Formats: sequence, structure tokens, C-alpha cells
Amino acid sequence: MTPRLHAKARLQRDEVRGREVLLYPEGLVGLNPTGAEILALCDGARSLADIVATLERRYGASGLERDVTTFLDGLAAKGLVVYGP
Amino acid sequence: MDPRPLWLLAELTYKCPLQCPYCSNPLDFAGPRFRRELATDEWCRVFREAKALGVLQLGLSGGEPTLRPDLEELVRTAHRLGLYTSLITSAYRLTRERLAGLKAAGLDHVQISIQGADAELSDEIAGTASYRDKIAAYHYTRELGFPVTVNVVLHRRNLHQVEALIRLAESLGAERIELANTQFYGWALHNRDALMPTKGQLAAAWQVVERERARLGTKLEIVWVLPDYHEQFPKPCMGGWARAYMTVTPAGEVWPCHAAGRITTLTFENVRDRPLDWIWEHSEAFNRFRGDAWMPEPCRSCPRKAQDFGGCRCQAFLVAGDAGATDPVCSLSPDRHLIDAAVAQVERAAQVERQPEEWTYRAAPASRALATKG
Repeated sequence: MTPRLHAKARLQRDEVRGREVLLYPEGLVGLNPTGAEILALCDGARSLADIVATLERRYGASGLERDVTTFLDGLAAKGLVVYGP
Repeated sequence: MDPRPLWLLAELTYKCPLQCPYCSNPLDFAGPRFRRELATDEWCRVFREAKALGVLQLGLSGGEPTLRPDLEELVRTAHRLGLYTSLITSAYRLTRERLAGLKAAGLDHVQISIQGADAELSDEIAGTASYRDKIAAYHYTRELGFPVTVNVVLHRRNLHQVEALIRLAESLGAERIELANTQFYGWALHNRDALMPTKGQLAAAWQVVERERARLGTKLEIVWVLPDYHEQFPKPCMGGWARAYMTVTPAGEVWPCHAAGRITTLTFENVRDRPLDWIWEHSEAFNRFRGDAWMPEPCRSCPRKAQDFGGCRCQAFLVAGDAGATDPVCSLSPDRHLIDAAVAQVERAAQVERQPEEWTYRAAPASRALATKG
């Protein structure tokens, strides 16, 4: 499972509000720093397992898979994230 | 400063080759108020000021925005600023080359209107033969890799085609179809008796939408814009007055929504005279209905006021004659009978199988004639 952003969606800095946002046709989602970090790792090359491992290393934590999956599934339900093989 | 806008609708011109009888443009679009269109550098300044103010989504609309020969330059500027830019077009005579140029300039998304599911009805409603151009443009946008929205304004004469319209959008590979029931402003209000659907029509169309949503999932997003005359409570119009949206008209007036210019009791500022942030933050028109201090009863003590913001100020002005009244669509409004009467008239006409009223096409001569009549 390799998550990536759908081509219609763009991850971008919202300077005025000091946060990252995901922009797409007729809508946007404001992201917290963790969400932005997860999406930045969804480059179409890293697998879901790689992304979770990277974050766990970065934070010295374990058991992040469920949080990451819930976040990405939420965006996938909106068609903003797609899963490759 | 709070709130800050996220959305800017840039109405680049009110010229349009189509003549849709529900057009949301002002009835007097051909008059002196809108004659002196903003120049390229003025629009670019508006985009810069909008971005600094917090805008992230830009709609390039009209009229027909592709009539502006500087469209590519405007898109390039918006793209460099990091605005997510949508072109809202009829696609009349829109070529593959033009779309490819817009793609290269950084355009993000294309919304193409269609008036019916087949050439005969679509062209009749548009008042201009345009269906073939639209279908061609849908294919070009897909080939060029744009996300595409199919936009259909629904009314009495095309609601029976909802299923065919969804199937058409699916076959064209669109990401979204907006099924927007007519909102009665501008030309649509003028043509209300000809456009208003029956309750039966709406119920049948809604059934189709629910079924097709279940079938299509995320493959095609189906947006259903409620027919507010047939609702019990008003829509949360624009997410609240001057909270997230603004519209700049072809000649530079700034409105809290694309219909607000009809409210004659407000004074609107112009980007030629004032910076956009001043207009957003300090102008009388933007502040008049911001927040909830302006609200009369039944809104003032209503628990729904945080949800619907009192409904639509334009509708209150156009139907009840007071922009500061509760939206007459609300079942708690003292003016609701005005809405009920309009709905009942259409039901009665349908029962005796009378032909719907004729409509007036949106065109410059009709606009000037209506303006003269006042």
C-alpha cells in the first residue's frame, strides 16, 4: 500500500494563518503539523509501512500505524489521497 | 484581523455568448455600473492583495472569462502567488490550444457548465448553440490532465434529466458534478415562475441522486445544492456574511457575494479607490451583517443562528424588502408566506398541466430594457 496525493490536491503553506493546507477543487483542509508531516511523506514512493516507520523513528514512538491510517483514510474518503499497490 | 477570507470570485467580464435565463449576474449587467472593466495590472494587484489577506481559492468567472484576452497572464500571476485557481466557463469556442496554454500558465481546475444532458435541451436553455463545444472541451480538459467539474443549474425544464446528467459526467471522466438547484437572484428571480420546479420533480431527482451516490462512491462526487424555497430552514449563505468570501465585479466593486450588488441600501467600495484589506476589514457593506449583532427576532434568540447565520441577506432584501430581515425562506420568518405563495403558484399551474411561463433570456438588449423600466 503506497499512499499518494491525488493529482487534483495540492499541499501548500498558508503563510497568513501559519499552517499547511491541502487545496483541491472548491475546497481546502487546514492541517495540523502532524497531518502536514504525514502528507509530505506520501510521495508515491514510500509505502504506508515506510511512512509509519519514518514517523516512529522521528518521534521515538511506536504504535503510530492506527493514527496514520485513520488520517489517510479520512482523506481517501474525500478522494484526496489514493492508494497505489 | 478575524475572520479572513479564503475565497475570491473574480468576475472578469459580464460579456457572455450564452443567454441562460437563470444567470446570477445582475439584471443591469450591460449598464454603466459595470462598463469600465479592470485592466490586467489592476486584477493582478487584486490577486496580490487577496493572497496577503488570506485568500487561497480563486474562481475566475464572468460572464464568460475566456473572452478576456489576458486570461493566461491572470492565471500565471495567480499561480505564482499560490492561489488554487479554477476557471468557471461555458466552454463556448474553447479550443484545446487555449486550454493547453492555461494549463501551462498554472490553472488548477476547470468547471464547465452544461444546461441539459443532450444538445437539443442544453442549447435551448443556453439560448446559444454550445453543447458540442462543451463536450469537446470536457474531453480536452481530461486529455490535458485537469480535474473537471460539470456544473448544471437545475430547474423545472431540466430536473427530469438528473440521471442522464450524472451518467454523462461519469462517461466524461469528471471528478465532480454540481447539481445546483436554481437560487432565485438576478435573472433567475426575474424568471422565477418559469424556472421553479414542482415538489414532485425535486423528490424524484433527489431519489436519483441518493441512488447514484451509493453507486459511484468517490469515483464521481455529486454535489446537490438545495432548492432553498422548498426547505424549512435557510441555507448558511456564503458561510455567513463577510466571513470567508468576496466577489470582485468586472468594474472593481467588491461584494460579500455575487448577488449582493442588488442590495440598494448598501454602499459598495471599489478596488480602484481602496485596497482590498481595507474594504474587507472596514467597509460599511462588509461590516453591516458581520457577526450576529444585527439580527432581529426570530434569529436573535434562535439556537440555529450559529448554523445558518440568519440565512441570505440578498434574499431578505429581494423578497422581504429588508436586507436586515430573517431570510424569508425560514419557516419561522414572518415573511415565509411570500415564499409559500411562489411555490404554491407553480404547484397549481402544474396540476392543471399549464405550460410553464416563458422566460427572458439573459442578453444585453433585455438587460438595458429592464434597466430602463427600473
